[in-house]
Amino acid sequence: MKKTFRGGAHPPEFKLTADRPIETLAPPALVQIPVTQHIGAPGRVIVAKGDQVKIGQPITEPGGFVSVPTHASIAGTVKAVGSHVSPLGREIESVTIESDGTEQWVEDIAEDPNWASVSPDEIRARVRAAGLAGMGGAAFPTHVKLAPPAEKPIDTVIINGAECEPYLTSDHRLMLERPQDILEGARLVALAVGAKKIIVGIENNKPDAWQTLRSAVGERQDIQVEMLPVKYPQGAEKQLINALTRREVPPPPGLPMDVGCLVQNVGSCVAIYDAVRYRRPLIERVVTVTGSAIAEPKNVLARIGTPFADLINHAGGYLNGAAKLLMGGPMMGISQWTDIVPVIKGTSGIVVLSAEDAANTDELPCIGCGRCVAACPVFLLPTNLARLSEREMFDEAEKIGVLECIECGTCTYVCPSKRNLVQHIRFGKTTVMAMKRKSTQKQTA
Amino acid sequence: MVSPNEMTPAAGSPPEKPDSGSAAAGKAESTPAEAPKPNPPTESEEKSVRQFRLSSSPHLRDQESVQRIMITVTLTLVPAMLGAAWVFGMRALLLTLIGGAAAVLSEWGIQKFFRMKSTISDGSALLTGVLVSFNLPPGVPWWIPVIGSFFAIAIVKLPFGGLGWNPLNPALAGRAFLLASWPLHMTRDWLPAFWWKQSGYSFFTWNVNPASLMVDGVSTATPLEVAKNALKVLRDGDSYPTDIFTAAANKFTELGAQTIDLAVGTVGGCIGETSAILLLIGAAYLFYKNYIDWRTPFSFIAVVGIGGWMFGGADGFFSGDALFHIFAGGLILGAFYMATDMVTTPITKRGRLIFGVGCGLITLMIRMIGGYPEGVSYAILLMNLTTPLIDRWTIPRRFGHTASTANAKA
Repeated sequence: MKKTFRGGAHPPEFKLTADRPIETLAPPALVQIPVTQHIGAPGRVIVAKGDQVKIGQPITEPGGFVSVPTHASIAGTVKAVGSHVSPLGREIESVTIESDGTEQWVEDIAEDPNWASVSPDEIRARVRAAGLAGMGGAAFPTHVKLAPPAEKPIDTVIINGAECEPYLTSDHRLMLERPQDILEGARLVALAVGAKKIIVGIENNKPDAWQTLRSAVGERQDIQVEMLPVKYPQGAEKQLINALTRREVPPPPGLPMDVGCLVQNVGSCVAIYDAVRYRRPLIERVVTVTGSAIAEPKNVLARIGTPFADLINHAGGYLNGAAKLLMGGPMMGISQWTDIVPVIKGTSGIVVLSAEDAANTDELPCIGCGRCVAACPVFLLPTNLARLSEREMFDEAEKIGVLECIECGTCTYVCPSKRNLVQHIRFGKTTVMAMKRKSTQKQTA
Repeated sequence: MVSPNEMTPAAGSPPEKPDSGSAAAGKAESTPAEAPKPNPPTESEEKSVRQFRLSSSPHLRDQESVQRIMITVTLTLVPAMLGAAWVFGMRALLLTLIGGAAAVLSEWGIQKFFRMKSTISDGSALLTGVLVSFNLPPGVPWWIPVIGSFFAIAIVKLPFGGLGWNPLNPALAGRAFLLASWPLHMTRDWLPAFWWKQSGYSFFTWNVNPASLMVDGVSTATPLEVAKNALKVLRDGDSYPTDIFTAAANKFTELGAQTIDLAVGTVGGCIGETSAILLLIGAAYLFYKNYIDWRTPFSFIAVVGIGGWMFGGADGFFSGDALFHIFAGGLILGAFYMATDMVTTPITKRGRLIFGVGCGLITLMIRMIGGYPEGVSYAILLMNLTTPLIDRWTIPRRFGHTASTANAKA
């Protein structure tokens, strides 16, 4: 039996950069580092205008348990602390650092010779100090995931190498270029949570990555490397767990740990390895710069805070007719109005689409074909949810599960009437959540 | 959105111009009151900033469209259309084209009259018109498909909001309207297969009097009609004279041997419904394209087949001919092309199964105990009305729920 989840769709893959080795981008002259790039409590800025900073120096401290610090990604002078446009669709307090060209690191970062035998608490401490937040896109602080409550033991660590978004290849390249580090990172994750088993899930359009990791595993029995059929959204946490273990994460607020699983993206594994072994903070990441309107699509290792424009220039610049700029893949990516936004910890790709690809289509009425129903990976009725949300019948929408939508966009992708299903559903979902927050506030007041 | 003032700093700071970085940072510090001073360079810089189109994800769409689906479905009916022309002459083809054209013209005309946006290009009106004609006896006058198509579009489809909103299958509702209004044309205008090869007629003959082609009063009727009448005689045999009883018994046996003819379509019947094989070729492509769900047609056909076997025989239970009940009449056309109509059938998988079973049961009841020899179209129309209810009752179990929590909330 083929291992996969139920539902989903198979968009064209467009993996233009699968055989492009990761290139290191020259350190930028200037970085804009948003102080909060993770889900959770915002960080507090601990530098001021005019301060000299070195690479790896914390520029914020966590604002709570579900919060991580942010670090300077270049050495130089703090030029400004203030609101700046971010790729998350809003302005975020950011620290602007101008490079002094020295590339000097802070002193207290050094390899730990005994890194392989650190305690779980030490792993969590180093991961947090390194400012790690999930690098697959959701950006949830990693140390929180590594600290499951005692009543929810984790038996299986799942390493997400699915990379189901069209165009993106940053994880693919990491699997080819740093397989040992990924496995070491995975082992540290398993060590931190006491899991016995590690499963790596890779879609079968990356047989070379599967082969590479297989050989890297060697004779070890605790790591399984699995091939999954290509299907979107296989890389979604719940769907990947289901594909590899047949377990179903309960609906929100259910979490993977409720079914004994923990999912880490391959990029996060590398960062965890670097954090534990070298105490190296997260100051750079691999970004796929690609799309139908990019001259030379590439995989680039870029410093956090580098403007998108720098990466795009490195990839040969725009082609004529560049109409849409995305952070992330075309299925779930966030569309940007400008390329001055900075790379953040969750930037897995920069996709530039041509006017033709970005064209809007008129919505026709639903013809009841049921394609969205068959494709919904969480078994909702997208067309009904969208209709209820459009008519502002939020109670009804909540009854049939609007809050359980994972916003993967598969329904919108498959709709022959070109209805903006997930957009309507998102509206319903946010409204219901706002209504709920209000009613709890009332109750507590 | 960000004001141009705040937007400029990083824009003017590509790595090869380290100077502009400091200048930009300085500008970011400036309050709105100070803004006018650095404004002139800001504006020129702003022009060089590329702006992109914003939209909510996903940013990629499947190539599939309503138009493509409708046109493909219509094209898959072409083999059956040509088959009908071969069996029933040019007349059958012309009637089909008249039906299609009438539907498209009705939609265009009505939308023009009410100054609405024309939707004929989505292809659904054409499909409706073709299906109206497919459900007509091949000997009907030209105005029958015109009225049927007009009714389908003007009464059943557009007043409810057009494509996607009509509760009933327009083509079948059109046929029901014709059957109620011109029952003689709709039940007596059958033509025998290859009538056009008889002397005095040609392939291109338009004017034909169906009654004149009758040999013994029943020969031009559809197999289902013949079977129903014969079965009636056979079941209460005592009340009929022996010769009539024997004739009925012969007729019935003859029909049983006709299964191949039924499958190929060289028998009397509606224009598009006779050739099961040609319809199945089209349907196979629809399966391949994932335009139809197997659940509805297969459950529909299975129920009729099993029911026909159980109740359709002359010698008590389980003596019926399942294949006869599957291939005779409009079951294949109905199951693959009408009961799978996206708009008027359930969207859930379980719902489609229920829909098919319901269609099968109603078809059986009409065929076995109802007043008509055939019940496929009424079965589908009746089940169309239950679609919203079925959809409501078959809300799927949601991911991560146990069966009980999903149903409790639905």
